Amino acid sequence: MALVGPSGAGKTTLLRAIAGLQLARGRISVDGDDWLDSARSVDLPAEERSVGLVFQDYALFPHLSVRKNVEFGRKGGVALLERFGLAGLADAKPRELSGGERQRVALARALAPDPAVLLLDEPLAALDAHTRSEVRAELQLLLREADRPTLVVTHDFEDAATLATRVGVLVEGRLRQLGTPAELVASPADPFVASLTGANVLRGRARALATGLTELELPTGELIRSTDPAEGDAVAIVYPWEVTLSRTPPDDSAQNHLAGVVASLVPVGNRVRARVGPVTAEITAESSERLGLQVGGRAVASFKATATRMLPEASPAMPTQRP
Amino acid sequence: MKRTFAVTAVVAAAFALAFLVLPVLALFLRVPPSDLIHALGTPAARDALLVSIKTSAIAHAAVLLIGTPAAYAIGRGSFRGRALLLSLIELPLVLPPAVAGIALLVTFGRLGLLGGTLNALGIHLAFTQAAVVLAVAFVESPLYLRAAIASFEGVDGTLLDAARTLGARPFRVFARVALPLAAAGLGAASALALARGLGEFGATLLFAGSLQGITQTLPLAVYAQFEVNLDTALAIGALFVCFGAVLLLALKLIPGWTRSVSLSTFRSASSPSTSS
Repeated sequence: MALVGPSGAGKTTLLRAIAGLQLARGRISVDGDDWLDSARSVDLPAEERSVGLVFQDYALFPHLSVRKNVEFGRKGGVALLERFGLAGLADAKPRELSGGERQRVALARALAPDPAVLLLDEPLAALDAHTRSEVRAELQLLLREADRPTLVVTHDFEDAATLATRVGVLVEGRLRQLGTPAELVASPADPFVASLTGANVLRGRARALATGLTELELPTGELIRSTDPAEGDAVAIVYPWEVTLSRTPPDDSAQNHLAGVVASLVPVGNRVRARVGPVTAEITAESSERLGLQVGGRAVASFKATATRMLPEASPAMPTQRP
Repeated sequence: MKRTFAVTAVVAAAFALAFLVLPVLALFLRVPPSDLIHALGTPAARDALLVSIKTSAIAHAAVLLIGTPAAYAIGRGSFRGRALLLSLIELPLVLPPAVAGIALLVTFGRLGLLGGTLNALGIHLAFTQAAVVLAVAFVESPLYLRAAIASFEGVDGTLLDAARTLGARPFRVFARVALPLAAAGLGAASALALARGLGEFGATLLFAGSLQGITQTLPLAVYAQFEVNLDTALAIGALFVCFGAVLLLALKLIPGWTRSVSLSTFRSASSPSTSS
């Protein structure tokens, strides 16, 4: 599983506490083994906890070769070197490796003693943008092969969704929501979770309409309709891929049309993320071309009321779930 | 105007250099080199050399053996009064050596603080070779500790954490990770401390005296021979200059040496023909 949260949410602290590197109170139990139980004064030192920790900057021993690094926790990690495609680099020193290779060494080293739990701290943060997606896919495979309880912390929802089957959102040390990536996207518990998963979050005042729909008035006076109920201060949530763009207000079934200036156009693979007024739309590069979108030009963003979620502005206290 | 200053600066530099180098050179120029080598063979010089080597070796070994783990504990630890402790360690550094000698005498001497206890155990330290060892260790250990603590502080704590999560017990974390990573700094600290210990004069004189063949170290022999046989004093002086030069050169070269080694491994690792 993965934990996502902004920096300062306590993600790294949590990992260090599990690994025994940080003073903590509470209870940590793995496979029926108590590592920490403040009530019974149990607190195993880090070296006695069966945990593999991949540090954010990998923390490879600079004075040891790749082989010695991997074998630090347990001798005979040759099979691991092979499995992680590191056999040819066995005698290299960490500084001679690329970011992706370093990560594989760090992962192989953490897995060598066959730990009960694998922890990864921002495993992709130390990488360049252009190697990131490649290494992410590679890491996904390696984690699946490692086949053991794994906790990844990251600030990036996409990383979390790729690497984990369950994603928890951690803010200020509290778990806000826990679910599959799809669940988090389909029904975010609060505006923060929604924005973390990449949704557009539009704030305003909501009131119920006679038609059964909800209407949200934005500070600009524009109106947004949703099929969700809401009253008072509320936010509308709509994902970029639910937003279509056009040059003139279209005559279609979508209830919501926001006209605005195109503030940015960012190509992402074969798609383009376009910022129009207060919303971001994700459309194909082809459509962007056909519409002749240009930064500074005008466009209309449209989305259906059925694709628009409504959430109260101040989220009620979440029942905290155990991971 | 700029030009005048540049010229003045160069003249100042030349003056400073001459001031520092000339006396050192003069040591070698007063008598021919063959006489210097011959003078080193005199009993006084030979005895002093043996005393110095023996006492320095013992003192230095003790300083390294006790000082290294101590520096690790202080360098990696976070505890109350750490700043005060560091200041206490540095205090002997700023003491005049003669004061250090008196301090040792009133601690370990016959009538000193621990004198009674040592006496009861049949140990008499003052004016023995053991006293020389104590004096040398006392003056060189702050120098070593201070630099060694800084070396251990410079080690990335995450690496020590990583070793722990891999199951390494405290001694293994120290021996396999902290020690190798601090090695360059520890080497430099050790060399400077050794030089300081070999040159120790005041504390040794007051605490151990200057008995030829027993407590008379090389610096004490220089002082003793100064009035008896100037050639011997000069020869020992020249020996110190050579030792110092070798030491400084080694300190300059060793980091460069490790860099060139790592560079060559980098080449062999990155060229496909040599990687296995």
